[in-house]
Amino acid sequence: MMQFLRLPILNLRFIPVWQRNFLVWRKLAIPSILGNLADPAFYMLGLGYGLGGLLPEVGGVPYLTFLAAGTVCYSTMNSATFEVLYSGFSRMHVQKTWEAILNAPLTLDDVMLGELVWAISKSLLSGLAILAIVWALGLAGLGQTLWLIPLIILIGFCFAGMGLVMNALSPNYDFFMYYFTLVITPMVLLCGVFYPVDQLPAWLQAVSAWLPLTHAIELARPLVQGGMPQQIFAHILALLAYGGVGYYIALVLTRRRLLK
Amino acid sequence: MPLLNIRNLRKSYGGLEVVAGLDIAVARGECFGLLGPNGAGKTTTLRLALGLTAPDGGEIAMLGLPVPAEAREARMRIGVVPQMDNLDPDFSARENLLIYGRYFGLKDAEIAARIPALLEFAGLSHRADARIEALSGGMKRRLTLARALINDPDLIFLDEPTTGLDPQARHMMWQWLRRLLTQGKTIVLTTHFMEEAERLCDRVAIMDHGKIIATGSPHELIRNHIEPQVVEVYGEGMAGWMAAHSRAFCERVEKVGETVFCYTHDSKDLLPHLHDRSDLRYLNRPASLEDVFLKLTGRDLRD
Repeated sequence: MMQFLRLPILNLRFIPVWQRNFLVWRKLAIPSILGNLADPAFYMLGLGYGLGGLLPEVGGVPYLTFLAAGTVCYSTMNSATFEVLYSGFSRMHVQKTWEAILNAPLTLDDVMLGELVWAISKSLLSGLAILAIVWALGLAGLGQTLWLIPLIILIGFCFAGMGLVMNALSPNYDFFMYYFTLVITPMVLLCGVFYPVDQLPAWLQAVSAWLPLTHAIELARPLVQGGMPQQIFAHILALLAYGGVGYYIALVLTRRRLLK
Repeated sequence: MPLLNIRNLRKSYGGLEVVAGLDIAVARGECFGLLGPNGAGKTTTLRLALGLTAPDGGEIAMLGLPVPAEAREARMRIGVVPQMDNLDPDFSARENLLIYGRYFGLKDAEIAARIPALLEFAGLSHRADARIEALSGGMKRRLTLARALINDPDLIFLDEPTTGLDPQARHMMWQWLRRLLTQGKTIVLTTHFMEEAERLCDRVAIMDHGKIIATGSPHELIRNHIEPQVVEVYGEGMAGWMAAHSRAFCERVEKVGETVFCYTHDSKDLLPHLHDRSDLRYLNRPASLEDVFLKLTGRDLRD
């Protein structure tokens, strides 16, 4: 057991693993981009205009602008999560791609790091696409929203790290439904994507405060609206902790799964 | 110095000792066959040798490097053909080789220069851009072998290389492996096809319950463990004949299902005797590695 507990080894050997995933993605880029982007974009535009027309300002801005910050965050979260859950599981368990790589001079730590960085890369694209819509519609200026780019990377890291734990534990694809139903969907509804968290009863607000997506949105929303986030370091630390602890647990569990 | 040297290797899973004190030494240029029934510990032994799992005891040196401590470095000079094909289904044959070469830190230009010869070797030059799902089982197996050669390895591990192949494809695979041996490569393969081991291997080890129970060249094993002639007797009179006559003609008799296996140094008295019996049919053949294998590992089914 001790051998499985050692800290992650971070080595540039992960790059060919990343390149492999990138090459597959490039072949399917158009459907992949559409699938990743169309859904959150339509939610944002449909709800933003449709529902927003019925509402006065939300949080001091038009509803569409309010929604934009949440959509950037949850689109990034979804993209990173899907990548490490379904696609990662295909590569690890179904296609045995990881097994083939491990026969070459790479280690499981290299493969997992490659998957982590790949999921961050893919979710960066999803986050940027929503950001591009925000810019195109003139919902926010370029200047302050540039800070959203490192934030999107941090959100991708957070949810890729957490999702890899599920990948390590999963016997099959059906298992991921638990994670979506019990973790991802509550986060979308409790963390302030669609409405301010302070609309919720106190006990739900207390739950919300512990969820990583809340911290992401607490940072993103002021940036979109041209303000300065509060408690920046606490939020960054929360996202780093969820991602970092998640990645470490995932690595230990995956070592135990594949190297026993 | 042996290219692969394993001393007193041990590995348990949940109290069951799957590898129970194993010694193997494979010399450069040799083809070494690890034979055993299902569950004998062959695949676990390969995983241990590659450093993919840590042993509970014993020592492994591969290409002079200690495993698992420097397994990654050792794998730079190793090729592996796994039991189940795990080619990348999203890529063409050529792309599979390119992607795999990158895992060895090879430059794209260097890999690209090696690919034509490897595709040629695998007889896949005309299918270079075919998707994996469009290839036959034999083609996939050959591509997996070509992939294992992308780093020009010194030592190649093959885990049941011809399981699931039709006879034509199997003979082709043997031809390819012999060609690698003539190029000076060292091969370690696991198989439960005795004919495969007999044809290809300089030396084999028969493994059961995590231990080596016999080792030597196929000819040595046949000479040392079994009578040289086998007469298989079957037909409706088999049971009566076995009870009445088999002791007189055979040094050792085994009954498996509806067939009596009669092992002897000399079958010249037995054959005319059998020839006169219209209720029996028979087949006389030289003893093979399979007879040794079945004698040593028993005839019980393994699952």
